[in-house]
Amino acid sequence: MDLLQTIGGYLFTDIRMAAPVLLAGLGLLLMNWSGLLNIGAEGIMLIAALSAVAGSHYFGSVWLGLLLAMLAGAIFGLLFAVLTVTLRANQTVVGAALNILGLSLSTTLNRVLFGIETTVTKVDAFKVLEIPLLSKIPVIGRAFFAQMPIVYIAFLLVPVIHYFLFKTKPGLNLRSVGENPRVADTLGINVYRTQYLATIVGSTIVAAGGAFLSTGLLDFFAEDMVAGRGYIALAAVIFGKYKPAGIMVAAMIFMAGNVVSNVLQVAGIGIPYTFLTMIPYILTIIALTIFASRAVAPASLGKPYKRG
Amino acid sequence: MGVILEMENICKQFPGVLANDCICFSVKEGEVHALLGENGAGKSTLMNILCGLYKPTSGEIRLEGETVRFNSARDAMERGIGMVHQHFMLIPTMTVTENCLIGDKEGSSIKLDRKEAGRRLKELAERYGMEIDPDAIVGTLSVGEMQRVEIIKALFRGAKILILDEPTAVLTPQEARALFKMIRALTDNQFTVIFISHKLDEVKEISDRVTVLRLGTVVGTYDIDQCSVEELARLMVGRDIHFDAVTRQQPVGDTLLEVNNLSLHREKSNEGKLLEDLTFEVHKGEILGIAGVDGNGQAELVECLTGIRSASSGEALYQGKDLLKLSTRDIMSNDVSHIPQDRQKTGLVMPMTLVENFALQDYYKKDFGKGALMNWIGVEERSAKLIQDFSVKTPSPYELAQNLSGGNQQKVVVAREISRQPKLLIAMHPTRGLDVGAVEYIHNQLIDQRDKGVGIVLVSTEMEEIMRLSDRIIVLYEGRAMGCVRPSETTVEEMGLMMGGRTLDDIRKGSIKETSVEEKMM
Repeated sequence: MDLLQTIGGYLFTDIRMAAPVLLAGLGLLLMNWSGLLNIGAEGIMLIAALSAVAGSHYFGSVWLGLLLAMLAGAIFGLLFAVLTVTLRANQTVVGAALNILGLSLSTTLNRVLFGIETTVTKVDAFKVLEIPLLSKIPVIGRAFFAQMPIVYIAFLLVPVIHYFLFKTKPGLNLRSVGENPRVADTLGINVYRTQYLATIVGSTIVAAGGAFLSTGLLDFFAEDMVAGRGYIALAAVIFGKYKPAGIMVAAMIFMAGNVVSNVLQVAGIGIPYTFLTMIPYILTIIALTIFASRAVAPASLGKPYKRG
Repeated sequence: MGVILEMENICKQFPGVLANDCICFSVKEGEVHALLGENGAGKSTLMNILCGLYKPTSGEIRLEGETVRFNSARDAMERGIGMVHQHFMLIPTMTVTENCLIGDKEGSSIKLDRKEAGRRLKELAERYGMEIDPDAIVGTLSVGEMQRVEIIKALFRGAKILILDEPTAVLTPQEARALFKMIRALTDNQFTVIFISHKLDEVKEISDRVTVLRLGTVVGTYDIDQCSVEELARLMVGRDIHFDAVTRQQPVGDTLLEVNNLSLHREKSNEGKLLEDLTFEVHKGEILGIAGVDGNGQAELVECLTGIRSASSGEALYQGKDLLKLSTRDIMSNDVSHIPQDRQKTGLVMPMTLVENFALQDYYKKDFGKGALMNWIGVEERSAKLIQDFSVKTPSPYELAQNLSGGNQQKVVVAREISRQPKLLIAMHPTRGLDVGAVEYIHNQLIDQRDKGVGIVLVSTEMEEIMRLSDRIIVLYEGRAMGCVRPSETTVEEMGLMMGGRTLDDIRKGSIKETSVEEKMM
């Protein structure tokens, strides 16, 4: 019984930790299917994490904080689209720029808004929303049904986005743009509009992942707090073979490493904690080297499209 | 039959080129109208204007008497004009149905109704005698099947006028015949077909009327019954051309290249082989033709023989050495020359001058400089001589390769390779995309080399070229040799069957029914 409870506890933590990576991955997925390779998720998540704290602090509502974070994400997405779609700048370079911009802007704004103090400004954060009855199921009840609202949203988005991509006309059109924009163009699809929409909507979803870090997992902003999760999300998309369910599995596997490292740290087995915190990143590298070459990316991913 | 489409005084000016010069063109409902012309005559430009991809500089398009203006391919499609491009506009990872549904706006629901669409596609295909599996992944289909999908897609989206851009370029003769049957079934049902081609025989066979284009202008429109193939040729080229076979002066010499059991696996060995057990010989003073539909292992064979790829097994003995074990540099320095398949990608460095391009193959040799220093004066003299000898039209040896016409670019490649005085010449698609004059020139160069005792491997998809130049022909199908024949002892029929995957032995034994391939095609 004790063991089962421990497993339930791990599962609870894993799902909670996986949610932000899952959100970021799903957002990136939409952009990828429109043919855009955005490596700037880390930057978007950082500026979103700060915006969420600022929103929660000034408006007194964590939900308004989330909204502000998503707005910040949309602006970053718009910037990415203008540079890569309209001006056809190199997508990797612009993505890297977003990461640098996100890091420096969030650091600077944080110091301006909350000052350089040793004590952090705590804000209103998301509360656990227990689903009556279901959360009382032994072992898995708490893991699945006693989470914060954003966690539910993240996991509900998996079937929603799958349905959108593979069962609807706009989804088919989006995928055709990612596979071959010229084909899409000759069949009357507005390629540029599709890419703009996918980037902006995708970036708001990525931003929701960032917001969850500072107002869900924690209740304050810390500099560089995303700590590589944006890159792990990139890896999750590839590992998940560009399918929502695959990304969910990938996010949970990568973050299980995080859980393990936490457990080992608490257990105090004498390995310096810095090594233990490497576990999720090492898992990501191993998973990618084994599976990445077999992933089937949209054929025109990362290639700019010029009409005519 | 009334006139359904008129294009009047269409001009299209590209930077530096007048691609269409006041073209008038009209098509009757229910006819097959061929658009005949050499490469660069303006056929594709005119049709891209018709299907909304280009906007004309001036001129007017009338559809059933009504003036129309297309801003996009969608506009043209909505008015019933569908084009099947030479390079298919299909997404290989998606199913046939999905490919037909991209951009579809019918119905208010946003849900994809694959079943209903698949049913409609099947119905449509059956009505015109085509077979199609709506749920097949496009990437797994053969080229002929993909073309059928393109045609069905156009019909599915409401095309009444179908433009086919060089549709037989990628087909075996049998597949082409199946296509012609399809075209007939369509025109019997009031569809109109515009058929772009530069192949005279098939234009003669399939069309009702023909409009001949030359250098961006209309030469004339004729009823096909009133033109012979020779007349069409003269109209297209502007002068008489000869189709005579080449007679050879001297017998072939000793064995020069001996290829034994050459095989090349795919990256994952369980996915089959790119080349399987190829065994053949090339003699001195002989042209060995390698025929087949594009993509059946020809490129891989050439890459193995020139050291660009390493073969999985086998040997290629040449002057006591195994070419498969040598590097490209070693092969080339053993008097082997290579005319690559794509002059713009692998034959020349486009942004470099002709002088530099001429030096590419042998720049490290003593004639070209001392140590690390290039002797540019010597190289220039050499280039000037080659330009003169091979009558390359260029303002100066320092012109950039990219500024030359296709024919002159190819002459530069041929001049560079032949001037190295090879013993073995490997030429792939040496005349692809060239006009008749340049083709003749290159052919004469190859014959010249043969008569000097050079052994030549000629890879080509042009049946006429292969039949005209080769002493022996090997037909490749999915990396295997279907047979080896002499042009004088074979027929186009037989070649076509081999290109479609039947071995020479089977054909000559007649063990398979004559009709079976055609049935499969339909």
